[in-house]
Amino acid sequence: MSFLTRNKPEAPPQETPDIPGVLKRGGNGSGNGDKKGGSPTDALKSGAAEAGIGVAGWINERMGTAPGLRHMLFRKVPNHDWTYTLGTATMFAFLSQAVTGVFLAMYYDPSPTQAYTSAAHITNEVFLGEFVRGMHKWGSTMMIILIFLHMGQVFFYGAYKYPREMNWLIGVILVVLTLMMGLTGYLLPFDQRSFWATIVAVNLNGTAPILGPYLADFLRAGPDFNAVTISRFYAIHMLLVPGGIAALIGAHLYLVTKLGTTAPPWVKAKKRRELAREDI
Amino acid sequence: MADDTNKSKRKRSTSTADRGIPGAYEGETITRRALFTGGAMVTGGVATAAFALPALGFALGPIFEDPSKPSFQDVGSTADFNDSAYVQTVITIPDSKGTGEASKTTVYVREFNPQLDTDKLGYPYVAISTRCMHLGCPVRYVQASARFICPCHGGVYELDGSVAGGPPVRPLDRFVTRVEGDRVLVGDRFSVDSHFNKFSVHDPGEHLDGIWQYLYPPRPTV
Repeated sequence: MSFLTRNKPEAPPQETPDIPGVLKRGGNGSGNGDKKGGSPTDALKSGAAEAGIGVAGWINERMGTAPGLRHMLFRKVPNHDWTYTLGTATMFAFLSQAVTGVFLAMYYDPSPTQAYTSAAHITNEVFLGEFVRGMHKWGSTMMIILIFLHMGQVFFYGAYKYPREMNWLIGVILVVLTLMMGLTGYLLPFDQRSFWATIVAVNLNGTAPILGPYLADFLRAGPDFNAVTISRFYAIHMLLVPGGIAALIGAHLYLVTKLGTTAPPWVKAKKRRELAREDI
Repeated sequence: MADDTNKSKRKRSTSTADRGIPGAYEGETITRRALFTGGAMVTGGVATAAFALPALGFALGPIFEDPSKPSFQDVGSTADFNDSAYVQTVITIPDSKGTGEASKTTVYVREFNPQLDTDKLGYPYVAISTRCMHLGCPVRYVQASARFICPCHGGVYELDGSVAGGPPVRPLDRFVTRVEGDRVLVGDRFSVDSHFNKFSVHDPGEHLDGIWQYLYPPRPTV
């Protein structure tokens, strides 16, 4: 993409024509601009660059998204340490779960009589089925591990403090939703282990005084594990919770770009004089 | 001093004309802008409630549904059972219909024995549910130790279903039994507290002794 390479050193800013309100042109287009009648590949390249800029400009003129996008993608991020990538790692674990989940849903049948058979069909017969199901299964564990590492990093670096409390709260809701994904997804293979684990998990919910029995009945859709329990878990697992997670990740990212990251606790604040000298 | 208190107590006029709002009519108490803002919000609220409330009721409905009607299932002839050892039988749980194999459950049945049984429930046969009262795993009767043992978290029950050890909070659930001719019939499941008082069926993990019976309300039905 042309806007990703706009800061390349071989493309000095004064040579590139500044298109108002649009991402600047990349290195290739301007570098070959003065050599008219070069090789056909050069012409093709510059043509592709022009087309790319044209499309980006057309969209931006109508949506005005370029400044926000540029702010998000090219903002300055302090280089502290690798633990700052744990949030992104968790997000990619979620994206991997979302994509593999969508494709598993194409073969999976959430009925008590067909669930186990269709899951076995995915593993044994569908092309790459074992691989995609394995990614979803192990990816779920990875996501739980990563989200807790991310949470621990934020906690021990003190990044939950003012003014980032809202982002901590959103993150806590995301942890709960992720655990709900784990709980509801565990039933879906519908083998002995997942069946009895779900019985135990629902009864565990039922032990809360006053509201517990109602919660258990809600989860099972009735007084006992029945024909619609599995489809209820499936709907929660693939529609309700992922929608919430996706929306909250959006809010989480917005706040991260708006507020920036916190310095690690061992990085001391600079004295005012040093700061002033550096700013010059 | 006295003037100040009077001023704060004086009620602000509700008429928009008195408050000097431009374009206000005499006697009008709300601006047209406020009226239309409120009206638009109410309309939006009604429209949202029109789809949100039925959807919520749809999801929460099963909490209030009547459980299946009690149905008696034949588990064998009176000659098949004795009053000292349990016989393993299989029934279908009516509330689990449609789940295939998962709707079947084991019931341990033996004849009521006045020497062993202290309960005053008055059923001719003792039919023990295998649902563990800790968290619902299936217990197994072990003849050698004459006890029910749960594989999940180590719950142990005596021959009459009362808790012998481990995490379970009350004796094993039972089933209503009845004899018709020479057939033994097993009906709906019920729960008991530690003194074998009969309760409507409760989920595993719910205490039924003392104040606990009020903290775990029975199923509301409509």
